Amino acid sequence: MEIKYILDIVYLIGSVTFVIGLKMLSHPDTARKGNLYAAFGMTLAIAGTILWYNHPGGYTSREPLKIILILAAIGIGTFAGWLTANKVQMTKMPELVSLFNGMGGACAALIGIMEYEHNIGNTGALATIIAGLIIGSVSFSGSIIAFLKLNETMKKPIRLPSYNILNTAVMIALVAFGAYIVYAQPEHMLLPILLLAAALVYGVLFVIPIGGADMPVVISLLNSFTGLAAAFGGFLYQNQVMLTGGILVGSAGTILTLAMCKAMNRPLSNVIFGAFGAGNASG
Amino acid sequence: MINDIVSFLGQNIEMIYILILSVFVGVEVIGKVPAVLHTPLMSGANAIHGVVIVGAIIVMLNTPVDNILALALGFVAVVLGTLNVIGGFAVTDRMLEMFKKK
Repeated sequence: MEIKYILDIVYLIGSVTFVIGLKMLSHPDTARKGNLYAAFGMTLAIAGTILWYNHPGGYTSREPLKIILILAAIGIGTFAGWLTANKVQMTKMPELVSLFNGMGGACAALIGIMEYEHNIGNTGALATIIAGLIIGSVSFSGSIIAFLKLNETMKKPIRLPSYNILNTAVMIALVAFGAYIVYAQPEHMLLPILLLAAALVYGVLFVIPIGGADMPVVISLLNSFTGLAAAFGGFLYQNQVMLTGGILVGSAGTILTLAMCKAMNRPLSNVIFGAFGAGNASG
Repeated sequence: MINDIVSFLGQNIEMIYILILSVFVGVEVIGKVPAVLHTPLMSGANAIHGVVIVGAIIVMLNTPVDNILALALGFVAVVLGTLNVIGGFAVTDRMLEMFKKK
């Protein structure tokens, strides 16, 4: 019996719990249980990876130091995450969701930075890495701004002159920059790091013009972005649980974002491009 | 360039199938969610994309033990991923707990 197959089965169980969890989360009677099922699947996927993951090229090693570091990192994250989630007032929950979403985005961006050098020469893999890097960074900085807005640290929408045109131009430049890196495949890390910085700036520009009342929609949108970033990571590692988990959130998150807009009676384009309340948009 | 991309897609064709089918599953699975559940569902989905932590763990497992910079970055990535997972599920549970009392 190959160990690889055990991990494959663990990932399969994880993926199924994510689907069932999401399904149950969309009904009031089953929602809480659904969340626990998904959490159970996640625990299995994480434990399985630590125990049984092996790179087909033989790069994987399990020196005690590395295992201790991984467990320590998980310990710190668990302690801080649990404490924050349970101490904060109920009314501050949405901003916490945004904060945790940003952490996931940052995690995806860091994976992109670390994997870049190993994949020079493999255009397909690099495209995946660069896409994950951009989306993860945008999601991180955007979520932090959304957090600060809900927090009321940042009270008024900040609208730079013709911010819609500016933002669109920055977005196009960002995609072109990413495409150039995939094409040129520079060996130096300077350009990928500049790309990361540019994506962080875009995330900020994307969220600062949007009013506080629209933040839940924006968080939901950034949430599906992080899902996509995770899915790109799954693609890179041929890892099914990352792929299904990420894409499920990407697609379900998009539908949810649209549903939230519908509940507010406003199209998504209004939220993003700020057509709402044109009176206070002069600035 | 085009050749590279076509062969990349060909080598990953099963992943692409999973990807496309998952898109549809994601859309269908939350089909008619009542507005009261929007925020908890968003929060639950947020926890699920914390699965990106699996990637961070893989990076660390594949990093040679003498590459301190990479190990340090990996460590940070694992901490961030765990925050996403644990914080996400815990916040969702708290929201739904309150929901039940109503």
